[in-house]
Amino acid sequence: MGRGKARAVSSVRQRHLNIHIQGWLLALPAVVLLAAFTHIPAIKTVIDSFYSTPHGVRPARFIGLTQYQSLIADPIFWRAFTNNLLYALITVPLAIGFALVMALWVNGRISGRAGLRLAFFTPTILPMVAAANIWLFFYTQDYGLLNKIGRALGFASVNWLGDQATALPSLMAVTVWKEAGFFMIFYLAALQQVPPDLYEAARMENASRWQVFRRITWPMVMPTTLFVGINALINAFRVVDQVIAMTGGGPDNATTLLLFYIYQVAFSFWDLGYAAALSTVLLTGLAAVALAQFFLIDRKVHYR
Amino acid sequence: MKVLARIAAATAVALALGVSAASATEITFYYPIAVGGPITKIVDGYVEAFQKKHPDITVKPVYTGSYQDSLVKAMTAAKAGNAPDMAVLLSTDMFTLIDNELIEPVDALANTDADKAWIKAFYPAFMENSQAQGHTWGIPFQRSTIVQYWNKDAFKAAGLDPDKAPATWDEMVSFGKKLIKKDASGNVTQWGVEIPSSGFPYWLFQALTTQNGAVLANQDGTKVSYNDPKVVEAAQFFADLSTKDGVMPKGIIDWGTTPKDFFEGKTAVMWTTTGNLTNVKANAKFAFGVAPMPKKVRGGSPTGGGNIYIFKTKDKAKQAAAIEFARFLTTPELAADWGIATGYVATRPDAWETPAMKKYASEFPPALVARDQLKEAVAELSTHENQRVTKALNDALQAILTSGKPAKAALDQAQAEATRILGPFQN
Repeated sequence: MGRGKARAVSSVRQRHLNIHIQGWLLALPAVVLLAAFTHIPAIKTVIDSFYSTPHGVRPARFIGLTQYQSLIADPIFWRAFTNNLLYALITVPLAIGFALVMALWVNGRISGRAGLRLAFFTPTILPMVAAANIWLFFYTQDYGLLNKIGRALGFASVNWLGDQATALPSLMAVTVWKEAGFFMIFYLAALQQVPPDLYEAARMENASRWQVFRRITWPMVMPTTLFVGINALINAFRVVDQVIAMTGGGPDNATTLLLFYIYQVAFSFWDLGYAAALSTVLLTGLAAVALAQFFLIDRKVHYR
Repeated sequence: MKVLARIAAATAVALALGVSAASATEITFYYPIAVGGPITKIVDGYVEAFQKKHPDITVKPVYTGSYQDSLVKAMTAAKAGNAPDMAVLLSTDMFTLIDNELIEPVDALANTDADKAWIKAFYPAFMENSQAQGHTWGIPFQRSTIVQYWNKDAFKAAGLDPDKAPATWDEMVSFGKKLIKKDASGNVTQWGVEIPSSGFPYWLFQALTTQNGAVLANQDGTKVSYNDPKVVEAAQFFADLSTKDGVMPKGIIDWGTTPKDFFEGKTAVMWTTTGNLTNVKANAKFAFGVAPMPKKVRGGSPTGGGNIYIFKTKDKAKQAAAIEFARFLTTPELAADWGIATGYVATRPDAWETPAMKKYASEFPPALVARDQLKEAVAELSTHENQRVTKALNDALQAILTSGKPAKAALDQAQAEATRILGPFQN
């Protein structure tokens, strides 16, 4: 009797263990891939940032925080950092704003809705480098599309990418143009989830259109706004394609963003130790953004 | 046990096969593509012809993208212990490759009398970027210089002699002013000249400094003179072209769109590489001319383009095979063929004496301009920590051109930065 009970317990335990093993086995491919291509390289980058760059037969040696000290003293790093901060602060709200407006528009019952949706979504389908090359010719001085329109309206020709004042905003426009259509899809999905009875109630109360948006639509799509916002923020710090394709970081570092600078330090200057330190700073910043999402803002969002 | 035995047998067979294959020496050859045309096909053809002549050598040509991509690939492959045996990389990458101990001096591998004659056969202007520390590290392969292209129709319309390009700095300005065309609202529709300033402005700027009699770096790549008064003067002239004289567009002029500007008639004169010759020939819908650089105290242009490098390896047979292939690629006949196919300057005087080249040059005389300019050409700016040191100059130039920063202040700062970076190389 006692023996039978013991056997039953052990078999339950066995089954329990089996489930765990099974679970881990199912997750294994993903875990291995993530570890091999994301986590281990990330950890190795942090470790490398405390070492000097190896050169030929001269091996890397431990130099503590030296790379970080030169980072603080590096004016180009600070330029890239402020450029990137501006990039995020301006492109994220703009992309979200446009996405929401476009979604509200194509969510309504208007003719040609499918075509409009497709048109808004098209920029997302284009590879970034292709899009950058299209915009390169929009921005060309004198015979570029923007300058042709400007001239027709009587404005002087602007060298959009060749002037320190306009180069970074010109790149931002490409990002907003490209991302807004993508984020629109999320908003469109969110808008269709809003229960119609809320709108019916609002109509019976004679609420104005602004009140409807302010009190119903905006709170109801808040989870989407948060998701899109975090993604846009992370994307803003991962911009590199259009910098390479359109300006090469110039004029005089006016469009140098962090990831582009890391690429330059690593693969043009071959200063791998310093590039590791720069990557660590970027990584820490992005990790902080992700953590902020999980622990702080999540609680303030209305979930049904 | 049986399984183990089978694996052992399979390994033995594989090893035996490997050995028999290795008796034909196999070498890997990285090459970039920086100009238009069916380059891969041409290179494959060269490899085939070489293997027919040397059945004991197998060449594996690998197309590795742009110059920048090719350097990245060669460096990372070398770090992983899998370096190519030879590669075509920028002549200015020489110090980077030496400092990373990746390449072998050619004169150490090829030192018979015939080899010495081979190394001496190239234009001296191209060898300046191939030699350092008393050794020859690179063999000139696809090299270029900067030339002026001018729109003869626009010159005629402006009342200038259509067969005479600007020959001096003064003429650049005076011709430029005549070439300027404006629309009703006062916007310029045709500029006098465009000197590109995006990406690598130092290269085009080096033409101006050379013409002004300055030398930007020493032969061993350990010192630069960015704030030499002659360099400052050249930078001031560069900026004045757009701000004071108004003959060149303001701000940064994009390297990639400059040829298009020329085809569209937006500029009457452009400075760009000889490598664009075939492109201009195919796309200009007007009569155009090619001229050497204008003069200030002298004429001249930096050279540019790629050299063949032989990588370090313990396998002497591979190095010998690589040298053999390099020798084959740079024979007068092949140098001529490559020059005709791409627009690069054939790298040795005797290549211009081959029947194919003579025929090409008589049919298309602009091809001779770059060659004749070699007499006055100088080494392209190249130092240890090359990309960093040139970036200091690039940033200074772009600051001068876009924010009106005084030339002296910007170049003093670039000099200080370059001196700091080059500090470890002084002794």
